[in-house]
Amino acid sequence: MTRQKLLARVRESRLFWPLTALAVILLFDALFAPGFFRIGIIDDPVYGPHLYGNLIDVLNNGAPLMLVSIGMTLVIATSGVDLSVGAVIAISAAMGAVLINPALGDRLITNDILTADTTNTPLPLIILADLAAGTLCGLWNGFLVSRARIQPMVATLILMVAGRGIAQLITNGQIMTIYYTPYFWFGNGFILGLPVSIYIVAGVALLAWVLVRKTALGLFIESTGVNARAAYYAGLDERNIKLLAYTFCGFTGAIAGLILSSYVHSSDANNIGANYELDAILAVVMGGTLMSGGRFSIVASIIGAMVIWAFTITMYTFGVPADALTAAKAVLVLLVILLYSEFSQRLLGRWSLRKGPSHDAAH
Amino acid sequence: MLEPTDAILRMSRISKSFPGVAALEDVDFTLRRGEIHALMGENGAGKSTLIKVLTGVEHPEHGTIELDGRVVQVRSPQHSQALGISTVYQEINLCTNISVAENILLGNEPQRFGTIDWRRLNALAARALKRLDIDIDVARPLGNYSLAIQQMVAIVRALEIASAKILILDEPTSSLDANETSLLFDVMRKLRATGIAIVFVTHFLDQVYQVSDRITVLRNGRLVGTYETGALPRVELIAKMLGRSLADLETVSKARAQHELPAAEAPTLKAAGLGHKGTLEPIDLELRPGEVIGLAGLLGSGRSELARLLFGVDTPDAGTLTVDGRPVTRFSPNESLRHGVALCPEDRKVEGIVKDLTIRENIILALQARQGWARYLPEARQYEIAEAYVKLLGIVTPSVDQLVGNLSGGNQQKVILARWLATSPRILILDEPTRGIDVGAKAEIQKLVLDLAEEGKSIVFISSELEEVLRISQRVIVMRDQRKAAEYGKDVTAQTIIHTMAGHQ
Amino acid sequence: MTQRTKLFLLNHGPLLTTVAIFLLAYVIGGQLYPAMQKPQVFFNLFINNGSLLIVSIGMTFVILTGGIDLSVASVIALTTVASAVLLQNGLPPLVVMPLMLLMGIAFGAVLGGFIHFLKVQPFVVTLMGSFFARGMAYIISLTSVTIKDGFYNDLALTPIYIPFVPNAYVYSYALVGPVLFLVTIYLAFFTRFGRTVYAIGNNEQSARLMGLPVGRTKISVYAFSGFCSALAGIVWSIALLSGYGRYAPSMELDAIASVVMGGTMLTGGVGNPVGTLFGVLINGTIVSLLQFNGTLSSWWTRIGVGALTLVFIGIQSLFYVRRKTSG
Ligand SMILES: Nc1ncnc2c1ncn2[C@@H]1O[C@H](COP(=O)(O)OP(=O)(O)OP(=O)(O)O)[C@@H](O)[C@H]1O
Ligand SMILES: [Mg+2]
Repeated sequence: MTRQKLLARVRESRLFWPLTALAVILLFDALFAPGFFRIGIIDDPVYGPHLYGNLIDVLNNGAPLMLVSIGMTLVIATSGVDLSVGAVIAISAAMGAVLINPALGDRLITNDILTADTTNTPLPLIILADLAAGTLCGLWNGFLVSRARIQPMVATLILMVAGRGIAQLITNGQIMTIYYTPYFWFGNGFILGLPVSIYIVAGVALLAWVLVRKTALGLFIESTGVNARAAYYAGLDERNIKLLAYTFCGFTGAIAGLILSSYVHSSDANNIGANYELDAILAVVMGGTLMSGGRFSIVASIIGAMVIWAFTITMYTFGVPADALTAAKAVLVLLVILLYSEFSQRLLGRWSLRKGPSHDAAH
Repeated sequence: MLEPTDAILRMSRISKSFPGVAALEDVDFTLRRGEIHALMGENGAGKSTLIKVLTGVEHPEHGTIELDGRVVQVRSPQHSQALGISTVYQEINLCTNISVAENILLGNEPQRFGTIDWRRLNALAARALKRLDIDIDVARPLGNYSLAIQQMVAIVRALEIASAKILILDEPTSSLDANETSLLFDVMRKLRATGIAIVFVTHFLDQVYQVSDRITVLRNGRLVGTYETGALPRVELIAKMLGRSLADLETVSKARAQHELPAAEAPTLKAAGLGHKGTLEPIDLELRPGEVIGLAGLLGSGRSELARLLFGVDTPDAGTLTVDGRPVTRFSPNESLRHGVALCPEDRKVEGIVKDLTIRENIILALQARQGWARYLPEARQYEIAEAYVKLLGIVTPSVDQLVGNLSGGNQQKVILARWLATSPRILILDEPTRGIDVGAKAEIQKLVLDLAEEGKSIVFISSELEEVLRISQRVIVMRDQRKAAEYGKDVTAQTIIHTMAGHQ
Repeated sequence: MTQRTKLFLLNHGPLLTTVAIFLLAYVIGGQLYPAMQKPQVFFNLFINNGSLLIVSIGMTFVILTGGIDLSVASVIALTTVASAVLLQNGLPPLVVMPLMLLMGIAFGAVLGGFIHFLKVQPFVVTLMGSFFARGMAYIISLTSVTIKDGFYNDLALTPIYIPFVPNAYVYSYALVGPVLFLVTIYLAFFTRFGRTVYAIGNNEQSARLMGLPVGRTKISVYAFSGFCSALAGIVWSIALLSGYGRYAPSMELDAIASVVMGGTMLTGGVGNPVGTLFGVLINGTIVSLLQFNGTLSSWWTRIGVGALTLVFIGIQSLFYVRRKTSG
């Protein structure tokens, strides 16, 4: 009986499905890609000794997506969606690149100056400006959705279209390469052998978790997502709750932009963070949050993001070309759809029900 | 005495359970040709579920359905219509964006060469509405009309399904006024005469005795029995529904209503010339501690609009509102909560329940909103509050962790009520708090209101049921055409109020 | 009478604003750039936005049911590549075209089936469809494939002169959209199918309880959108005489934007194809305005499109607010 209850609890837990999906992919790797799990220690001249291997890549490459998924979770839980996160990443990356640019405000632009390992602005200021830019974008989205009452998909579509234009405007249409070494730490550095980025994810996730689970914000967000009108009647300020969710999403997008540009040493307004909005939505959906809003789990979304990157890295190790990766991704989504559909859930429910009583009878 | 050929429908040993609830257990139900059959029971007894099984919305675990002597498996609502079963569900289920005419006839609309014949469609719909004495523009979207009209349209749709042999009405009268109800009953009787069998669910006992031929009573998902209406006195019916007698409850509330107001206390709430353009003409209102004011009036007369202004959902554009002598400057539900004002809204589906959250979360929602996001109620405290109210109001559920969306209509209403009681308001505005609530719970709620008044709380009580308003209020304000038509003391008769409501004095 | 006109204005407010804004944008454009006053510029809108108009019409129905179809752009790309390769292999155009349309219908129907039977959210299912179609396009060919078929060439290059307007012409493929538009007007307002679409968009549960064929209608709507996408793909391949997996990048967003600008609500049940037509025209006008200007850098174009969309939606949402308080 208790074992059956435990089974039921595990199955009902929001982490069950994303973990299953992750397990399926890793199992596949274990069977067909023998070297996949190999983890080694490398003594890097710049960043010191640290771990490397596919699993570390999943964490490090996946970190920006995990971050964005955290913000996206809150937005989707209010029954909204944020299509602009890719553009926010581009804006934040552009901010960073421009502020570092040693030629900024300098009349004399020579290659030596441009490629020098220095910065024009102190690093803390850059970080602050990045975060401020992204948060401002989120605030803008939140304003459109909560005050101007524009449907979320349309409201954020505006920044999605205009945002990359703004990023180009910031960099004056250039693809900017970054030469300032301390900036690279966020996307390439290691602490205790693990990527810095993953600590950042943990920090932001913890912040979000405390915000929504140790205060009533989580309850408020879920109520707003399910029935905003009833929430308003119950005395919630549903508008500010939405505002908060979008602002936070912009904030996570900004951090993701920082890490991504740091990782690739450049900012390309057209391509950095491309398709992140769709991947983030996918991650959130994999985490079991409905796009119609309501119940959500931040941890589940993070695992959803890991699933996407575990899958991507798996495909890379199999040598699938980048263009055909989209087709493979369709298969991943199909898998998710089949696993998550009501139909298969019911099937599993019936299966465990049938198992239950016989198990009891045996005692 | 019951010939087998008489029966048009025979449901036997129907069982249906949801996680944690056995909604129906081995229920038998027989329906004769040309009868009006009332289906009775407390909130959550399984009435709607039985109907949903019959109409293919839910599929029973076991049991058989025999229609006209043949065993059938009802697969879907669409299939049930094809079988000649036509239904008005408990929650109005129509589409507000399409026209009234389409709502009535879509699926059976007149066509010419595969093209909708709009002129005939509108004419047919208008004629169908005439039968219930309704004269409205059928080409306008349904959403433009009041809840009562929408309810009538839903009924007309069910009547128009040409081949209907069985008509099912799940609480059709809960948002109708007396006049509309009696029109509906006329139509039902006419239909009965043509041999159509009608299943009728309601919590109004009077109505049951007015129209029904037989009564089937359910309790906790089990069949109590089926009786000839004439042979079942009212007290017995109640006893069968509740499994206990109502007498004690009744006497209590009667006695309570007698208590007199302590005269001349300062009003807790005072509205002077409060109005909102287009929905409410300026109105004056004073509410003293320990007072219950009844608000009577037809739907759309401005009752709910007034309630919404008092609670700050809408911002008035004329007049002033003072609570405890302090003028209200910011109008919002949140602000009102902080002043100790609470409104239990009229439309529970849209303004009340948060259906994907649990009972516990729904109950503490307003309380938590008043506390603010930072001071989260500890989980243990949440359970304590929720469980206390589940017990107090008799909410039927396996646990407070059940999703509210899975509760029966009446139990949902109780959860909403609990949400507002949990904030222990000093001024409580109740907009149709007893709609869809069974007799037992209704008496409990009336008792509760009077208890609260006893404690010095002030209450505004809005209800379409005059009897209820009269029983518990010390003053009755009658609304008509978006303004206050008259104000009466407690000795006013129902007759006078009806006259005022209708506009002939 | 005045009451009636007022009601009419209120009910059709969003649509009328869309039309008015289109006219305004066009007239202002004509003042700024006299070249824009030529009638041909107007007809170019149809030539340049033929595919967008077609997919937007399909998208309108999907959005009216409260769904969304993210796969349309990828299906266009897939159709161009597949038809180019088939034509290259010598299949006659009159076989290729119906085959592509069938593929589109089947593709949409499968997505619709997933949505209906497995009860999965349209966003996710059609996202999968989008990945799948785009991926298939690349698998068929990683590079651009030219079409040398004579029939396609004829369709692409023979102008059809507009009667009564001197020197104005369109190409045959530009007429597909307008014809489809007329058909969908009929579908939307004069058939049970169309009305059921509206009912579902308002409240799917209600529509089901009313006994309407919800499943069949939803699947048909996605199949129709698939059909439209394939049709748009054919038009695209005629216009450019080639097929390529990278064609129509994020056109699904342009389509959604056009539909929304046309006054259709993403929540379903409100809107119509007429609005969509004007939404597409506005989209086209904005692009040509920016082209006529010619000096703007590409980022200003983007920011401009975003800003204009905002202005647009802003005006429309004003209308909805007004209607809610007065209705
Ligand atoms: N979808 C569902 N999931 C879980 N429980 C459900 C569901 N639908 C109904 N129930 C439960 O089944 C029981 C019977 O509900 P039903 O709606 O039939 O009651 P009812 O007699 O119509 O009550 P009311 O008078 O309040 O409308 C209730 O306890 C309800 O909570
Ligand atoms: Mg019921």
